[in-house]
Order: sequence, then C-alpha cells, then structure tokens
Amino acid sequence: MEYLTLTAVPIRPTYWNIPKWAEICQYIGGFLAVIIFLWGVSVHIRRWKLGQPEKFEWRLRERISALFQYALAQAKLAIDPYAWIMHLAIFWGMVFLALGTALATIDWDVTHLLFNFQFLKGSFYLAFEVVLDIFGLALIIGLLLALFRRYILKPERLKMTFFPTFPLDSLFLIIILLVIALTGFLIEATRLAVQKPQWQWWSPVGSTLAMILPVNSESSLRSAHLIFWITHAISSFIFIAAIPYTKAFHLVSSAVNIFLRNLNPPGELKVTSSSGVRLISDFTWRQLLQFSSCTWCGRCQEKCPASQSGYSLSPRNLILKLFTYLKNNGTTDHSRSTEDFVSGLHGTVVEPSELWACTTCRACEEVCPVFIEHPRSIIDLRRCLVAEGAVEKSIANALNNLNRYGNSFGKSDRMRAKWTQNLDFKIKDARKEDVEYLWFVGDYASYDPRMEPVTKAVATLFHKAELNFGILYEAEKNSGNDARRLGEEGLFDLLREKNIQAFEKARFKYIVTTDPHSFNTLKNEYKLNGTKILHYTELISDLITLGKIKPKQKLNITATYHDPCYLGRYNNIYEPPRKILNSIGINLIEMPRNRNNSYCCGAGGGKIWMEETPNIKERPAENRVKEAAQLGVSLLVVACPKDLAMFRDAVKTTGLDQKLEVRDLGELVLETIN
Amino acid sequence: MNSSILVLIETQRGELVEISFECLSAARAIANSTNSKVIGLVLGKNAYQIATKLGSCDSVYWNELDGAELVPADIVAEALGMLIKNTNASTVLIGGTNNSLGLGSRLSAKTNIPFVNFAQKITPVDSDLVVTCRFLGGKILADVRLKGSKGIIVINSGAFAPDLGKTEGTPHCEKLDGLVSKPRITFKKFIQPAAGDIDITKMDVLVSIGRGIQNPDNIPLAEELAKLLNGAVSASRPVVDQGWLPLTRQVGKSGMTVKPKLYLALGISGAPEHWEGMKDSNMIIAVNTDANAPIFSFAHYGVVADIFDFIPVLKDAIQKHKK
Amino acid sequence: MNYLVLIKMVPDTVEEIELLPNGQGIDSSLTRYKLSDPDEHAIEQALILKEKHGGNITLLSLVAPEVDDVLFTAIAKGVDRAIKINIDQTNLTTTSVASVFSLYIKQSNLLSDPATLILTGSQASDDLDGELAPIIAENLSLPVLTVVSGVTLNQNLTQLVVFKEFSGGLRGEFELSLPCVLGLQSAESPPRYVPVSKVRNVMKSSKIENVELPDFQPSQMFQIEKLYKPEISTHAEMLEGNLEEVADKIASILSQKGII
Repeated sequence: MEYLTLTAVPIRPTYWNIPKWAEICQYIGGFLAVIIFLWGVSVHIRRWKLGQPEKFEWRLRERISALFQYALAQAKLAIDPYAWIMHLAIFWGMVFLALGTALATIDWDVTHLLFNFQFLKGSFYLAFEVVLDIFGLALIIGLLLALFRRYILKPERLKMTFFPTFPLDSLFLIIILLVIALTGFLIEATRLAVQKPQWQWWSPVGSTLAMILPVNSESSLRSAHLIFWITHAISSFIFIAAIPYTKAFHLVSSAVNIFLRNLNPPGELKVTSSSGVRLISDFTWRQLLQFSSCTWCGRCQEKCPASQSGYSLSPRNLILKLFTYLKNNGTTDHSRSTEDFVSGLHGTVVEPSELWACTTCRACEEVCPVFIEHPRSIIDLRRCLVAEGAVEKSIANALNNLNRYGNSFGKSDRMRAKWTQNLDFKIKDARKEDVEYLWFVGDYASYDPRMEPVTKAVATLFHKAELNFGILYEAEKNSGNDARRLGEEGLFDLLREKNIQAFEKARFKYIVTTDPHSFNTLKNEYKLNGTKILHYTELISDLITLGKIKPKQKLNITATYHDPCYLGRYNNIYEPPRKILNSIGINLIEMPRNRNNSYCCGAGGGKIWMEETPNIKERPAENRVKEAAQLGVSLLVVACPKDLAMFRDAVKTTGLDQKLEVRDLGELVLETIN
Repeated sequence: MNSSILVLIETQRGELVEISFECLSAARAIANSTNSKVIGLVLGKNAYQIATKLGSCDSVYWNELDGAELVPADIVAEALGMLIKNTNASTVLIGGTNNSLGLGSRLSAKTNIPFVNFAQKITPVDSDLVVTCRFLGGKILADVRLKGSKGIIVINSGAFAPDLGKTEGTPHCEKLDGLVSKPRITFKKFIQPAAGDIDITKMDVLVSIGRGIQNPDNIPLAEELAKLLNGAVSASRPVVDQGWLPLTRQVGKSGMTVKPKLYLALGISGAPEHWEGMKDSNMIIAVNTDANAPIFSFAHYGVVADIFDFIPVLKDAIQKHKK
Repeated sequence: MNYLVLIKMVPDTVEEIELLPNGQGIDSSLTRYKLSDPDEHAIEQALILKEKHGGNITLLSLVAPEVDDVLFTAIAKGVDRAIKINIDQTNLTTTSVASVFSLYIKQSNLLSDPATLILTGSQASDDLDGELAPIIAENLSLPVLTVVSGVTLNQNLTQLVVFKEFSGGLRGEFELSLPCVLGLQSAESPPRYVPVSKVRNVMKSSKIENVELPDFQPSQMFQIEKLYKPEISTHAEMLEGNLEEVADKIASILSQKGII
C-alpha cells in the first residue's frame, strides 16, 4: 500500500499511475484531436464565406450582453424548464470540466514545467476538486435527463425524418459525454481508493464511488485506473475531434451565431438580392451560419402553424436541408450556373409548396434558442420563384391587382373610400387639409364588406374623441408588406413609392393604422424619418388615458384576446390592447398561447390570397378559435382585419358560430361610449 | 317590306341547340311586325328531320352533308351567302355560341353586309332595324341602326324568349345544293370531357348549395333538381370544407369562377368570397330563410323560404312547364 | 417560325366607363384601359409555342391608354418585338382595327415566311361589329379557327393541330396548315406572372417600335345611334306568394329564358 506522505499541502497528483508512454500518447492524441477539430471548424468557416456579404454593425455591448443571456444562461430555453435545467447542467458541466482540464494542463505543462511551481495546491486545489466533482455530477444528471426525455418521454419535436450528419448522432453525443464523465469519476475513485489522501472528501463523488468499488487490491485498482484513464483520454479526443462533424458543432456555431446575430428590428426584412436565392451561395454569410447553428431541437416546427396544420413546411427540416446541402456541396458551388432556373436549390432541396406554406408569423424565429431567422430565408427563396414567374394563378392575380389597382381585391381605387359615404360626418381629406393624424386605413378595412362596420366604428370613435384626423382617400395604396413577404420586391418598391408620394403631398404629424401588416412596414420599412407610426390600439389606449374617450357603459363580459403576429411578435405591442380591454369592462382570460407565443391565424405572408391546399386536417384559424372556445368565453377580441376575416370564417367551419363571437376592439370601445 | 329574315339553325352533333329557338323567336317577332318571311338554314346530321319540325319558319333550306357531325364554317358561310343572294334576305340572325363565333364576322367581311354583335333587343323602325346591344361586360348598351334592315346579327344567349320560335308545324322544306367550298381546316374528331368529376365552369345551369343544406344526406335533393334542369350541383366553401362535395364543385374566390345561364343558390348566404365566383352568372335566383342575407342584394330573383319545403314544389313546377 | 400576336386594349370594366357627351363613344381620357383577356392568352400561347419550337414573336398594337405598360410587360415575358402603330385605337370599330393590322402586315411583308402563325384573342368585350381573327383572316385570305384552347405544331412547322371549345366541356380537334389565324379563348396554361422589377428593367433597356400607317382610313358599316348605361338594380326582385305560386313564377321565367 502506498500511503501518501503526510504533506501539509494538498497538490494535484498529475499523471499518478500513468506510464510515460501513455502520457506521451495523450499529448499526441490531444494534439491530433485539436488539429482535426480546428480543421473541421475551418471548413465550416470556409462555407460561411461562400455567402454574400451582409452589413454588420458591431454594437458590442448588445452583442456581449446577448452572449451572456442566450449562450451562457440559455434564457431562450426558460419557457421549457425541464430542457433548460437539463441543458444548463450538461453545458456548464462540460464547460467547468473542460476548464478544469485546461487549468490542469497549464499547471503541469506550463507553470510546473517552465517555472517550477504548481498552483493547483492547497485550498485552491481543494476548491478545484469540489467544484469539478459537483459539475461533473451535474453533467451526468443532465445527460440522464436527456436520455430519459429523448428515449422514454419521446416528445414529437425530437423525432427526425432525416439526419444532416448520421442517424445516431444525438445518441452518440449523449453517450460519449456520459463515457467521458463516468470514466472521469472512475479515474478519481480508483486513485482515491489507493491513495486515500486526508482531503479525499473534497472530492465527494469520487470518494463515494471509491467506497463502492468492487475491487480491493492495489494492483487491480491501478490496472483499472489506467484503463479508465486511457478510455477517458480516447473518448475525449474522439469527442473533440468529432465536434465539427457532428451535431455537437452547435457548441461552436450557436455561440458564434448568437454573437453575430441580426440586431435589426424583426419587422425590417433584410433583402440580399432582388432576384432572390437560387444557389446556396446566394444566401449571405449570416444565413449560412444560421443553417449551421441549428441544434435539431424542433421547437420551430412545434410552433409553426403551417407544420401543425399538415402543410408540407417544417421550418427545422428546411433549415437542416439547406445545411446538409451546404455541407455536401457548399465548397464546390462557387460558380453561378447559367443553367435554367430548375437547377440550384429549387425543386431539388426545397419544394415550392414548402415555401408558399409559410405565413411569416415568426413563431419559429421567436422560439429558436440560437436565433435562426427562418422566415427571412424562406422569403429569399420565394423571391427567386417570383423572379421566374413561378407563382400559382391566385398569387399572380393578387399581385397583378396590387400593381394595377393598388389593392388586392381587384376593385377600382376610386372605391377605396366608399365606406365613408354612409357616415353622418365627413372625414377630412388629408390630401387637401392639414391633419394631425393621418389614418392609413388599409386594404381590408377599406374594401372588405365585412369590415365596413368595423372601419366605420373606428372612424366614429376618432370623431367622437375629437381627433384631428384624415385619410388619403383614393391616393392610399396597399402598404406592400405582404407583397414584399411574397417575394415581389419590385411591387413593394412601387407601392411604397406611390404611398410616399401621397404622404409628401399631405401634412400630418402622426400616422395611425388599423392593420398590423401596414403598421409593420410603415414603421420599419418606409423610413419616414420623424413621423411616429401608431397602431390604432396604441392611439385608443392613449385617448382613454387622456380622457378623450370615456367608456361609460362597461361591457361586463368575459372574453379572450388574440395577439396579432405583426403587432405582437413583430413589434412588441402587447399592453395597449389589454389596457383598452380593462377600461371597457372586459374580464380578460388570456389565451394559453398569448403575447409572443400567439398562434397565427394563417393569413400572413400572402397566404390570404392563395388557393386552399386540399387535405389540410385543421387550418390554423380553426385551431385558434377552438383554443378560444375551450376557455369557456363567448367573445374573441381581435385587433387586425385579417384576423377578423379568418376567425369569423373559422367559427363557421368549426360549427362554433353559436358559441363564439369574434369582434374588433375598436367596435367594442365604441359600444361603451354610446 | 317583303325582304326575308334568314336564321341559322344551329345543331351540335345532330341535336338542335336551344339558342336556335331564341333566334327563331326574334326573327318571327320582326317578321310579324314587318310582314316578312322567316327562312331557316339547317346543315349537317339530321338536318332534314329538324327542318320539317320548324313551324315558326316560312321555309327551311337544308342539307345533310353526308351526316356531318360538324359542319365546316366555310360551308355554312357559303350556304348563308347563297341564300342571301337567292332569297332576298337582308337580315341574318345567328346565335351567340362558341360554334358560330367568327362566322358572322367573316360573312360580313365577304359580303359587305354590316355585322352587329351582342344583340339584346331588335326593334323595327321604318325600314330599318335598331339593334340594342349589351357589351363591355354588360356595362354599356349601344343602339345601332341597320339601314334597310340589312345586317348580320348575333344574338346574346338568353336575350330572347324562345316561345315564338317553338311553334309547331311543317314549313316548306328545300334541299340546298351546290355547296362547293373546300374547307382549309380539317375537322378530326370530337373529344368528350374526361370522365371524372364535372367541370362546373362549363355547365349552363348550376344548382348551388350552401350551409343551409345542413347535412350530406340532403344533397340528393339538389342533385335531382339539377338533373331536371340539365345542370350540375355546385357548392359554397363550407359544404366543401365539410367534405360533403369535392373541391371541383366549389364556387368562389378559392374555388371556381362560373358564368352559367342559371345560378340557383339554395341556402347560400352570399359572402363576398362566394359572390366573386358567380357574380357574372346570367341569372341568379336565391332561396334563403334569411330575408337579409347578402345574396339578395346581387341576385336577380329572391325567395324567402326554407329550401327543404321549396325544392320539391319547384321540381313539380318545372316538370309541369316542361310538358 | 414567326408568331404575330395582335392585341387590343379594351375599357377596364372594374372602373366606371365614361361616355362622351354626345353618346357616340367612350371618353378615353376618363376611362382606364386594359389588355383584352383573351389577347393575354394569345400572348401566352405564343410564348409557349416559342419555348417548344423556337422562333420570333412580334406583337402588334395600336395606340391606347396604358398600352405601353402592356407592351413592355410582354417583352419582359419573352416577346421579341413590340410594334405600336400610331393610330388611336379607342373608338375605332373592330373592323377598322382589323384593317389597320391587315394593311400593316401587308405593307411590312410580315407574311413572307409561310411558317407564320397569327394569334389574337377569340373575342373582345367591345367587339360590337365583329371579331378580329375572322376579319383579319378574310382580309389576308387565311384560314381561321376561333375559341381555341390548345395548339400543337408539327416538327416541320407547317401544320397545326388545334383544339376548339364547344359547350358543356365538349372539344373538337382540327388540323390546318400555316400560315393561318387563330382566335385564342385560353392558352394551355394561365398567363405567366412577370415581376415588376423585370418590367422596369425592360422599360430601361428595350424599345417599342413606333410606326406610321398613313394609308389607313377608318370605316364603319353601321351607325351607332347612342351609347348608354343600363338601369342597375341593387336588389333582387323578391317573388311573393305561397310556395306553389313562387315556384310557378320561377318555372315561367326559366321557360322564357330557354332554360327549360
């Protein structure tokens, strides 16, 4: 038995029981593993560099803060506590153990070798030991939680239909980390069983394990120790070397992606090329980086209204297909092929039906832990189809109507303000008189006969509040938000030009709009410097606060509210509608999926103009009204004309028309002041 | 006036086409008020048999052309040209069908007789005819004067009631020989529409059902009515959504756009998306229990009734009128 | 292979159509014009044939409001030449328009190559005095077929197999030789979409050829007394009475209309 001499100072017994050849092999192995790792990372970087340039703003403080919040604390996972704790345990367990190894290397190969001292001694060493034991244990617990969830609980979103790397990648990752962690503890345990230092309980896990080891004799313990040590070394090197070639690469890419992410407002679409994306290299470096950062978690798919309804789109699969293509063809895809458009990504990697199924609701982007911008890439791909004229008839009709008549209904632009005719007051013509608020009414509010009572109600509300407002009458055109998101950038420019021309001829301080889609593009993409753009819920909320609108006859109804995608998720406006509901006596029961978790009605991204896809089990709007009905409320309040149209329709097709009423917020407010 | 009115009696594959009666009716009305004669021209398969039954004509010229199922336009034009010369006919009436489209224009270019399209009404004034035409999608009417009643007139389907054209009797029939045109277009064959579901955009009559039909077991009621009218059943979106009828029967913004002669809307409220798909129907008759249903604002005729009470009664009335 | 596509602009019925004060014509300064729908199908069919068999597409038009947009859009779609004949098309009868085209085609020798197909829409909404296709065919002594919904060309570019629509979904198959005239009802596939950016680029890079036709004289075979708008009712005529009475009324109406 070898007893440790009673030295006063604890010190790390590096390479105890390790023969020289093993020590040398370890250095060689480690070196090779790192070289292979670096090589793999460089291949990824080379692929990202294939992409087009993209403007980058340093904004260092925000980026570092994001790194802390989202990469280190993984705040995006907090909504899923099981996953959050599990992943933090794995991540931080690994980080600390890796740090521990790094310190040990410096301690032995730098300070000891070159300067003849070790810092891993004394109380620092004891602290070092206990911290590593705790984090090592955390790592194992985290990995066991992962195994349990993936193979026992089996959540739907973790099921993969294809694998960018290889089928058992996820299992490989969990197992190899388990092997590393377990062998690490076993190394410690076998050594402690032999050495039995006084301070051994500073390694609580190792010591406990040592107590239950089935072997006793020193020679067997030493043999076991060596075996565990070699296994630990080999599995660690395999893990490190394999990182760039397995799912584990997200360790590198997600941190990089979070750091380098797009800090612009989500409502401002980034458009790389006016002809869209045909080849993988048409994407920007940031988009290619995003594809490489996907962790396969499937949360985007779970939140996607298209996926959940049975359309052929899965945001995750789309991203991973692009990543796989990049991986397999990226470095050879330099030249811009002059073949006809059928080559490239369309029809080979992505199908048009996947692209057209997207409502651009951004639920995927919102829930993604690593900040992938799925809708942006989808729209880039759409733009290529549009450039080739490869759009179905109903989309072509809508676009032609927008171009020719300035509205998607195909009605004369002279009919835009027809709804004002039956009002008992005249709305100011902002083209001729100065107004304080320019009301940008929007297509649906102006032309859809079902919206007419709502639009008139909002007008009456403004009138009763003595608001100094006006409209542009025939000069207003569709804002272009959805044309842009369909991929018709030229049409968006045309509509924007015409609207801005009309704005320039008018004099106003603020713009207020009823339609969140119009609101989004006016606020984020029209670049009307100095003009404040408001959604009507913001304005009405302010008017109530200022006492200009006095809700006298409170409604006393229990209702629920649907957060519109382009108002909520896109522009972070959640409170004004709720304040209004409170002021008018509505007892609000929140939808289970509310605020930034709101479930899209399915009309966005131009989908409201598309033909119905056959064999869809349940449309997003139908799913949503059922969600509302389940709360036991009789009223669903909306703040968007497309929501109104979609939900009223869904209420009929789901047979809920006697149970659930769909009303616009403005209309309800008017009722309380009459 | 003693000039004659020449009517092209159209057939399709040997069967008389309904619009021919409308043309005959129009011709008869003019003839009666101007003391003229009505001359018919029937060509192709079954021409003689058809000719002998046209009691509203004073005389009918015919030629079976070896039982041709499709008579080349060149020959029809030649026949009409011949008759115009030989019978002192100054007015020619042709029905507005796909088959005869272009015939009148070409004949006019050949003979220098004025051609007028989209006729809705024909009024004899002195020795002239004033033709009221409904064109530009029905938005504009044009009154056109044909001097000396000289003109080739194409009649809008549904503009004239066919009653006067259905007089029974046997006119004077004469075979028209000497047609020598060698058509430069060769007719190969007819192609029936593919088996499988009906193309509702090609039907003349649609009996369309909405949510008022309540459940799929009631659809046969509508189908029987459609059969009586030689039409097909179509539907608004909720019916198709429920899976009671295939997507090929859906009328509306996200379905088909139809322009039938008759659109019978049963239990359809008339939402804007539905209206978009059928607004150009020649005649819209709506039946709904809700007097305020939007469909009544754009239908031509409306009935406030329960469709289950009304359909059987309507079927009886139609059967009676058919006899 | 040469394709000559002849197009007409017609008043856009989505808008209000304004008539001249004397009721003799349409006030084109207050009316919007658009490409006649079947003509758009004629352009599409030409493009489809060009993609399959090669050749050149020449588009001919007269002067009308908004026609330049139409011509540039057609070029963006793949038409090779767009020729605008400097004669005001609005308020010209179809017969006159046909003689403009015939005169120009003859004078410019556009039929010199026998492998020439003339395409136009089967019927336009303002074809009060005739359809373009048959009149042109008569003027140029060419065979013509209208209400066409499908066109195939043989290998030698001499013969066509053409499908014509009858009622109730029935179609007819015909054969004819080039050169000839076809009046298109619908192309094999819906008119393609061309993005705004492409049209804008074409406007910068391509030219419309403006040509004169001094020998042209308009003609009209009848006299328009007046143009006017029909009475529009905004509500259905509600049929009153008990069910039998109402059913009987409907049956009479249907009988009058020739439906039963």
